[in-house]
Amino acid sequence: MDFNDSPDEAAFREEVRGWLAANGRRRTRPDEVFGEGLDEAAKLALAKTWQAKKAAAGYAAITWPREAGGMGGTAMQQVIYQQEEAAYLVPQMIFEVSIGMGLPTVLRWAAPELKARFLRPGLAGEEIWCQLFSEPGAGSDTGAVRTRAVRDGDEWLINGQKVWTSSAHFGDFGILLARTDWDKPKQDGLTMFIVDLKAPGVEIRPIHQMSGDSEFNEVFFTDVRIPDQYRLGPEGGGWKVMLSTLMQERLSVGGNLPTDLHRHLIDLARTCVWDERPAIEDARVRARIADAYLDQQGVSLIISRGLTALSKGKTPGPEMSITKLVAAKAMQEISSFAMELAGPEGLLASEALGGDWPYLQRLWLGSPGARIAGGTDEVLRNVIAERVLGLPGEIRTDRKVPFRELDRT
Amino acid sequence: MNFDFSDDQRLLQEAVRTMLAENSTSQAVREVLEGRATHSAKVWQNLIEMGAAAAAIPESYGGAGLGYLELCLVAEEAGRHLAAVPLSSSIYLAAEALQRAGSEAQKRRWLPGIAQGEVIATAAFTSAERYRAPSPLSFDGQRLTGTSPVLPDGAIAQLAVLQVGKDLVVVDLNGPGVRRTALPTIDPTRPLAQIEFAGTPAERLEAADGAAVAARVLDAAAVLLAFEQVGGAARILELARDYSLERKAFGRQIGSFQALKHKMADIYTRIELARAHAYYGAWALSSDAPELPRAAAAARVAATRAFLIAAEEGIELHGGIGFTWEMDCHLYYRRARHLAQLIGSEHAWRARLADELIKEAA
Repeated sequence: MDFNDSPDEAAFREEVRGWLAANGRRRTRPDEVFGEGLDEAAKLALAKTWQAKKAAAGYAAITWPREAGGMGGTAMQQVIYQQEEAAYLVPQMIFEVSIGMGLPTVLRWAAPELKARFLRPGLAGEEIWCQLFSEPGAGSDTGAVRTRAVRDGDEWLINGQKVWTSSAHFGDFGILLARTDWDKPKQDGLTMFIVDLKAPGVEIRPIHQMSGDSEFNEVFFTDVRIPDQYRLGPEGGGWKVMLSTLMQERLSVGGNLPTDLHRHLIDLARTCVWDERPAIEDARVRARIADAYLDQQGVSLIISRGLTALSKGKTPGPEMSITKLVAAKAMQEISSFAMELAGPEGLLASEALGGDWPYLQRLWLGSPGARIAGGTDEVLRNVIAERVLGLPGEIRTDRKVPFRELDRT
Repeated sequence: MNFDFSDDQRLLQEAVRTMLAENSTSQAVREVLEGRATHSAKVWQNLIEMGAAAAAIPESYGGAGLGYLELCLVAEEAGRHLAAVPLSSSIYLAAEALQRAGSEAQKRRWLPGIAQGEVIATAAFTSAERYRAPSPLSFDGQRLTGTSPVLPDGAIAQLAVLQVGKDLVVVDLNGPGVRRTALPTIDPTRPLAQIEFAGTPAERLEAADGAAVAARVLDAAAVLLAFEQVGGAARILELARDYSLERKAFGRQIGSFQALKHKMADIYTRIELARAHAYYGAWALSSDAPELPRAAAAARVAATRAFLIAAEEGIELHGGIGFTWEMDCHLYYRRARHLAQLIGSEHAWRARLADELIKEAA
């Protein structure tokens, strides 16, 4: 038992370090972010330049076969690259859906000429991809999609609305889940398409989130035309295609909990006062610091177990499904406790407070979203109960009913 | 990245599991619970003969010379099967203290007997808790006087390592001036005894700072007990899950109700977090890493909480039948509480964890 690289992994890490040192720019402060001070357009241009370099070196899709533009590497090499890249100023999120969902779906399901058309520019960041599954009436229940695709000769006519689409405001293409048959049960009447987000009839509106940010969009489709050759998988096979897209996530060993949150609490507790003494001397405060560490270090160690499986060429086990559940709630609890420590001042907006506060308040305002995105806490508990513990699935009244009838009720 | 046990270590675990499934049955545990035996002698003998109990004791002192990682997996199985044996007293605490604090001669004298099961030993360290024992022991360099109030396996042990101030002393419990009183306990499968010493001959272990050694022994024991707790917690969750698939109410398996599914998912989550901390503790213990105090405290707190929750909710998930003597739920409930306080409470260890974190962030 150790936390070390195997000799092959160490060699790959050295190679990655060399490449990053020659091509990237290291972060100079821990909170420095990519493209600071640039406007959106300049930031996007800089991001695309970086992605092109990365793709040319083969690092854009490490696990993909070489003939598809990848490196033919292992999932562990992918993780090693990410670990090393984290020290550098590189674009976050911009290409995540392209590389993680859009392009893998094209790779798996599209005809050879479409792969030739889309994979290279996608990996190189010239074109950015979005994922268009969720709808106002289809959140956790993705099978309830109502966006309509109607065949018209060699084309499909799309009408409807998608929501929670990240990157759509600067995206070029999307994978779109639409309903092609209303007489089949919900999951059997769906079809997946590639959609050109610059096509006539596509309207994109940013969502103003509770945090004040706008990272997501609503996307409206009015008589948008898609050629039949942009269909991914068979007509009516959209559910299966979507599952294959989401399966990509099973191999990732995510969990997004910073590992230094207890240190922020310690710093705060040293300066805040409780009963005329530094709060850090209070036993309950100390217990909360310990509990913050237990959650974040626990998540990080579970990820290490997942990496161990990857390193041995296995798929990470079901215990990985708990990382997001624990991480999102822990973020909320830790940031809330930080605010409580500060007493009445903890109620002030971060601009008035400075220090760690912008970071802590961003966590607090972002954590409700983190508990919903990628599976709500409740959906994840069902996943654990059913897939890990083998408990019965929920009683479903919608499984065998034609969607047209469900839609009426 | 290799944050897991090796195939060979898993094979040992498998062998121990098979042996315990055959021998540490509910019936065998209940022999001790109901006072017909002081411990499961057959299970203890098997653990000794397999080299499992003495996995971490070097061969030169009569042990199997494997290591702490192997012992961690033995502990997980002992917890899983509620083994009613003096594993924690004799091995995690007493043998560990002798190994860490004894001179070469002292180790040669006492360890082989423990490793080979001829001697059952026990230990108590006052630094485990923040409270002070009512009548502390005193040691004049040769003789021990006073009371050790709640000594695990005190009624069956022949040897004890005890902390007296900054010293660790070893005492023959069959020696003169020893009076033992077996105490009724909330988990009779893990007995405790009060032992009074009246000028009993005892010997100081060599280590200069016995209190510091005691702290390291407690760290090691915290990691090993965390494995027992994770093993016990995982087992009671399995029992509850199985029962929820069998039992029907309102025309359905009760395990199909979301209230129960989510409860079990939460218990599973707590157990896996605890398991991850226990693994980290195992790594720190086996590699003698400077992170051991933090890793051990984290494993101890996470595993204590996980086992308590699993045991408490395990009964709840069973409903009325879980409240009967015949069902094994209460064996886990009792064991979870016993382990939670054996080497210092959850609160004491959480405070230690906070101390370590705050020290590191200085």
